[in-house]
Order: sequence, then C-alpha cells, then structure tokens
Amino acid sequence: MAKCIIDGKKITAPDGTPILQAARDNGIDIPTLCSHESIEPSGACRLCVVEIKKGKRSKIVTSCLYQVEDGLEVDTKSERVMNVRRLVLALLLARNPASEVIREIAVKMGVNPQPRFKLDEDKGKCILCRLCVRTCADIVGVNAIGLSHRGPSKTVGPPFDEDSSACIGCGACAYVCPTGHILMEEKVDERKIWGRRFKMKACDTCGRYFAPLDQLEFISKKTGVSVADLSICTSCR
Amino acid sequence: MSKINTLEDLNKAGKRGLATLIPSGTKIMVGMATSGIASGAQDVYHALDREIRERRLDIILSRTGSMGMDCMEPLVDVLEPGKPRLAYGKITAKKAPTLLEQIAKGTIETIKPFYRMDEEESIILGKSKRYGDGSVPAYLKEIPTIKEIPFYAKQVKIATRNCGLIDPESIDEYIAKGGYSGLYKAITGMKPEAIIKEVIASGLRGRGGGGFPAGIKWKTCREAKGDVKYVICNGDEGDPGAYMDRSVMEGDPHSVIEGMIIGAFAIGSHDGYIYVRNEYPLAVANLGKAIEKAREYGLLGKNIFNSGFDFDIRISKGAGAFVCGESTALMASLEGAAGEPRAKYIHTVEHGLWNRPSNLNNVETWANVPAILTRGGKWFAGIGAQNSTGTKVFSVVGKINNIGLVEVPMGTPLKDIVYDIGGGVPHGRKFKAVQTGGPSGGCIPEKLIDLRVDFDELWKAGSMMGSGGMIVMDDRTCMVDIARYFIEFLESESCGKCIPCREGVRRMRDILEDICAGKGQAGDVELLETMSQAIIDGSLCALGGSAPNPVLSTIRYFRDEYDAHIKEGRCPAGVCKALIKYSVDSETCTGCGMCVKVCPTGAARGEKKQPHVIDEATCTRCGACLESCKFDAINVK
Repeated sequence: MAKCIIDGKKITAPDGTPILQAARDNGIDIPTLCSHESIEPSGACRLCVVEIKKGKRSKIVTSCLYQVEDGLEVDTKSERVMNVRRLVLALLLARNPASEVIREIAVKMGVNPQPRFKLDEDKGKCILCRLCVRTCADIVGVNAIGLSHRGPSKTVGPPFDEDSSACIGCGACAYVCPTGHILMEEKVDERKIWGRRFKMKACDTCGRYFAPLDQLEFISKKTGVSVADLSICTSCR
Repeated sequence: MSKINTLEDLNKAGKRGLATLIPSGTKIMVGMATSGIASGAQDVYHALDREIRERRLDIILSRTGSMGMDCMEPLVDVLEPGKPRLAYGKITAKKAPTLLEQIAKGTIETIKPFYRMDEEESIILGKSKRYGDGSVPAYLKEIPTIKEIPFYAKQVKIATRNCGLIDPESIDEYIAKGGYSGLYKAITGMKPEAIIKEVIASGLRGRGGGGFPAGIKWKTCREAKGDVKYVICNGDEGDPGAYMDRSVMEGDPHSVIEGMIIGAFAIGSHDGYIYVRNEYPLAVANLGKAIEKAREYGLLGKNIFNSGFDFDIRISKGAGAFVCGESTALMASLEGAAGEPRAKYIHTVEHGLWNRPSNLNNVETWANVPAILTRGGKWFAGIGAQNSTGTKVFSVVGKINNIGLVEVPMGTPLKDIVYDIGGGVPHGRKFKAVQTGGPSGGCIPEKLIDLRVDFDELWKAGSMMGSGGMIVMDDRTCMVDIARYFIEFLESESCGKCIPCREGVRRMRDILEDICAGKGQAGDVELLETMSQAIIDGSLCALGGSAPNPVLSTIRYFRDEYDAHIKEGRCPAGVCKALIKYSVDSETCTGCGMCVKVCPTGAARGEKKQPHVIDEATCTRCGACLESCKFDAINVK
C-alpha cells in the first residue's frame, strides 16, 4: 500500500494503482478521453495530466500511467495542469468542431475556442484516442483497425482504408468511441461499419436480429461452440 | 582467418594492420564517407585507380572515412615512405593524373597540400607514431602541420579518433590503432562492476541528447531483474544538418561495436542491436561488414577472449522517422511495432525492449567507451568541463566557412568553434546566431558567443546539446522564419500519438506562417508562449516536450523581430517574401547586368552600364539578384 496526498486529501492505495484510479476511488474527478477501465492506458489524450511533487521537485505526469508512491503529493488542478488541459481542449475544439462531447467538457472547464486556430473540416469527431484500436486488438482480438500515417495526418481505420476482411462487425469500436466518431448503421438484418456491410443473424427463439454472422463465426472458431449453439440472443438464453 | 583468443593474437592482428596503415610503399587514401562521396570522391577514387593500373604504379589505393573538414572534400591523403602524410583538398577526377605525376616527381608544385601530418596519433595507445624517421623534407616545411590549421588546432578526437585515418573495412587497422585492447582489458582483467565504476568515474554522459550519465545507466541495467538483457545502439540520427554519428559508423564502425561488447559484458547482456536509419546506406554497409569481421575473429559470438562470455549484435534498419531516435519509440520499432513512444515512468533499463532490461546509448557514447577503458575514467574526466567531461562531436554547418565535423573538449567557447575552427561567417556577413541541439534545440544569439559549450551551459541559455548539430546563421537569417522551419519539421516528424504535440505544434506552425506572411496578430507572441509551456508540460515524450524550444529561444533573444513582423509588417532580415521588396540602389549599381542574367522572371531590367531596376509586380523575391550582385546594389526592405 502506498500513502500519498491528492489535492490535500490523504489517500492510501494499493501499490501499482495509477493516480487516476486512486483519485477516482476517493471522489476526485480527473477528466480523460482515452482511458477505459478494461483497456491498458496509453496516455494519448493528455487531459488527465496532474502535477506531482517529490521533495522539492515538481513535474507534470499523466495520471492514467503514473502510479501512486509513498510520500507523493499530487495536485490535480494546479495552474500548470490547467494550462495543459486548456490547450488540449482548445486544440480538440478546433480539430473536432462537430463533437458535442468535446464542447461539453470545454464548457464545463470554461474553455473557449481559440480564434487563432482554424477549424478543421476533415477530421470528423475522431480525436485519435485509439480506444477503438486497442479494444479491437486487446479485447476482441481481431486487429481489424489500426492507426496509419504519422503526425497530423494520422488516421484510424482498416488497412489502406479498404473494406476490412478481418472485421467481424461486432461494433465494439463504436461502443468505446468517446466522441461518437465511428458510425455504425443498422437496418433490420444488416449492419454497416467501416464501410462494410454485415449480415445479421436472427435469434432462433425470438427472431430478433442480434449479432453479425461473422461475429458468431469468429466466436465459434475461438471457443469451439457451434454457430447453431450461439444463435440464441442474450435475452432468450 | 584465425580467431583472436589471446593478447598475442590481438597483437599479431595489430601488426598486420600497421603494415597496411603505414605500408612500406606509397599509399593514397581517399576520404570516402558520405561527405566525400557527395563531393565526388567516388570519381576521384576511380580515376586514381585507373591511372595507377594503366601506369602500372606501385601505389596502394585505399578508402578512409572523413577527417571532418568536409568543406575541403574530396580529400586525398598521400603517404610516401619516410615522408609526412600530406592532405590534398578539393581533388577532382581531372586532377588525379597531375597528382600522380607530382608524387612521381617528388614535388608539390602543381597541387599544394593544405596540411601535413608528421605523426599519427593514437588516443587509445596514448602515443603517436611518426611517419618515417620523423624528418621533414625541406620542400614540405612550408606546408602547415595539421595542428597549425585552425580547423584542427583546438580539436581533441576521441569518438572520431580513427575517422579518416583507417580503412573502415579493415579490422586489423582498427586493432593497430589500439582497437579491441580496451575490450581485452575489460573482459580478461576486470569485473563487470569495476568496468561500470570506471565509466562512472569518467563522467561520460549520453551523447544522444539526454546527457544522462552512462555509467549510472549501466549500473541500473546491470542491477535490474531479468536473465535476458539487451544492449542497444541508437544510430537513428535525424537532426537536419547533423551527421556526427553517421561519420563514426561509416568511418570507424568497430569503435561502436567494441564499446557495445564492453557495455554488454558490464551489464550482463548477450544480445545487442544497432538501430540505424536506412537513409545511411554506407553506415549500414560498413557496420555490417565490421560485425562480420568481428565474428570471424571471435570478438563477437561465443566465448569472447576465452572468457566464457557470449555476445552478438544485429543491425535493425529504421525507416527514417525522427521520433525513432527517442528510446521508447526506437524499442517499439525494434519490436516491429510503429515507432511511437510510451511514457517513461517505468524506465527502459528495467522494462525496455520486449519488456526486458535494456541499455540504450547512442553511437558517439559507445564509441567513447573503448578509450575510457584503455586510458581510464580519470583520464577522460580530466578532459572537458566539470559536469560535462570528455569531448563532443559537432557538425558545424550553415553560414560558416569551414563546414564540417569537429570534436572539441566540452566547455570549449562557442566563439572558438564559430570563428577559429569554423573560420567565421562567409562573405564578410555578420554572425547572428547558432542553433544547437537540432530542431528541438534553441538559437544562441551573438551576445552569448563566449558561452562555454557543455550540457548545462546550453540548457541555461535555453537551448540544449542535443546530439551535436550546430547551424550557424548570419544577419540574412530571419529568426521567425527559422522558428517556422524547425516547427514545420517537428510537425511532420511528430508521431501523432499525443494531442499537445500532434495538434499543438501544427497550430504553432500556422501562427508562425501567418506572422511570416504578414498576417500576424497582436497577442500572437504571448499565445505562442502559453502554448509552448502547455506543450512542454503536456507532451508524452521528449519530441513534443522540446518541440517549442526553437520558438521560445527565438522569442527570448529576438522578440524585436517578431514585433517587427507583427506590428510593423517588416522582416528585418529581408527573408519573409510577403514583407519585403527588392529594389536597386541606382548610386551603387554599375549596370553590369548580372541581376538580369540570374533573374528567373525577367523582373530585373536595364541598359548595360546604366542603373538597373527591379519590377515589383513580376519580382518573386527569390534572392537570386541579391546573391549575384557584386556591388551590394540590391536593396531588400
């Protein structure tokens, strides 16, 4: 167990706990856009930065990655911290003007759009938090999408922006996307995601279309359970 | 080829090396590092080779790396028995026959050497070897010695000790210069802890930019838990205008390899990687050949020097991403993943490549190690400055007369590098600033010319050592434009993982572009400063964390130039095209017509011997007339 101070509050947390987690467990809110309890942190969005003090030295660290230590003093809202968060939000407001999520956080934190930043028109709502990519790789185990290019031209999507043959249409990426950038269109027996159409399977019991056939086949291959046995929706099981 | 197992074997190889290094017959060496090849050394080499064969001359032709004075390339050195070694600069293929005739005649009448070397120094052995009996023939006395040439006088070569002197493909020549004796000493006579102690005592700090004490890093890695540990050489040098590491890898690859073997033995590693960018084909090739030779000799592989210690090195070629010079991105790339950094809260010496303890140093750091082992940590610590010991290699480029690579003791005044070694700014222009530390370093202004160049002093001045790039600028350099250039470079080299770097640097570039285009707004400088602080604090890795440095340092020292652009719509240096106008000073113009000749758009006009004019509407402000006018009659305002 490590004893530390977060925003003046004495906190004890198990060794290895990230500051973000320890703070949240103690009712201290730190904003983030790229962290999710089921996925390894990546430290991409930089919204969760905090200022730590060890002895006389202080520095800015990412709270989703930096782990609690004995004697650590954490300030989650120092001026240096807020300066970083304000910039990150101003940058995202300009990159993703259509994103309601970003606007809401900005309003909550009192951050206004920076008039010197021209609004992007081609980035959609994607902030490149890579939650989708990590979910697809680490949770689903499919690796249908990834990041391509470098720097400001970095994008997320299937390889070469072509229809992904690996994608199973599970929609986990759309589910974790914090800004709603990933669109999943559903018609009765069909789902469209990343430009590819997926045939949906109807539940053997209630007849409701509940999962893409590709996903059931993928699960079947992985678990050895036949597709027939998987063809009952969760509500009817 | 037999293996080297004992000191006797090593000495035998050294003797073989000496026989080709200083042969009994005449030898011609062509500097064939990339700097030489780019200046035409390949043609010179082939011309010499052809002439020697056609004339059936008894001359050995050999390739070497770069001696550093790249402004004199192609460099050809001639070594005749019993005579000093002579260096000829700017040799062309056409001059090759003349040079050979001159050698045959025993004169220096047609082509003058620009320096002579009476002896060859070996920093490893701590002694010099005289060429011949050391006497200098009367006709060569007028030629200055290498130490009398201002470019070399203040240099102390440790990392680049063999560059330009040995054939990089000859392991024997490397051994003849004392190579692998440090390894022998370390492996057969020292405990790993004692080696680390020696490196700590030397005060050697990482030459890749971080400046972290190498010995401490080794110690932490040695003490880290894990059976498998890695030793990595960072050869991903990517600063514009910097080529220190390339020169070492091309000209003396064994120095890096020997350093790595010593490090591996000290740390307890059996696998090494050299990560080198694929844009350095000659470095890749020479390293590959050197590794093969070292394996043949048993200096890499199993049971090195019969000690039971195994170690081997593999080369991994990078795809030229600047960010892969950052250690965690480099390791990600080595693993086959995209070169993206991760937070370093968990150190790579504990969890690095494939999550195992990994010790990464850059090329120059490794190349220093054999010298520290042979001469001792104390000797190394006696060179340079208090907290920055040893020497540093700098690539001095830009608006400077002697463009090249220089290795000077840490703490050498900037003035000495710019004026004595560099020979000052060309065309009598005024020195304005020098950018150190690569694109994410800073600009040191003229008023700080007395600054002693070491890790701490550069940091205090708002710049950094980086890997050793030095770009010299004259008064025709616009500091806002320079900041814009570096920021643009960093924008395109950002990996794109974290928001402050990916988005922030891009927005800074937008604002800087606006300022250069005369569209700057009140408050822009303050906005750049606030953004810079947030990007420094908020970025994931050192690329973003130092990206605003060129902006901050130019604002710090040249704020008036920013103000002139924004408030007065003026570019004082006459660079930013939207803010300048070209005109001809009718008083000084002689009507020579040179500007008319070079003007690509026909904007420069006039009658012969009458003052010319420049038509503002068609002038593209390319600067061709300005460069060509011998009478300084072109005004830029």
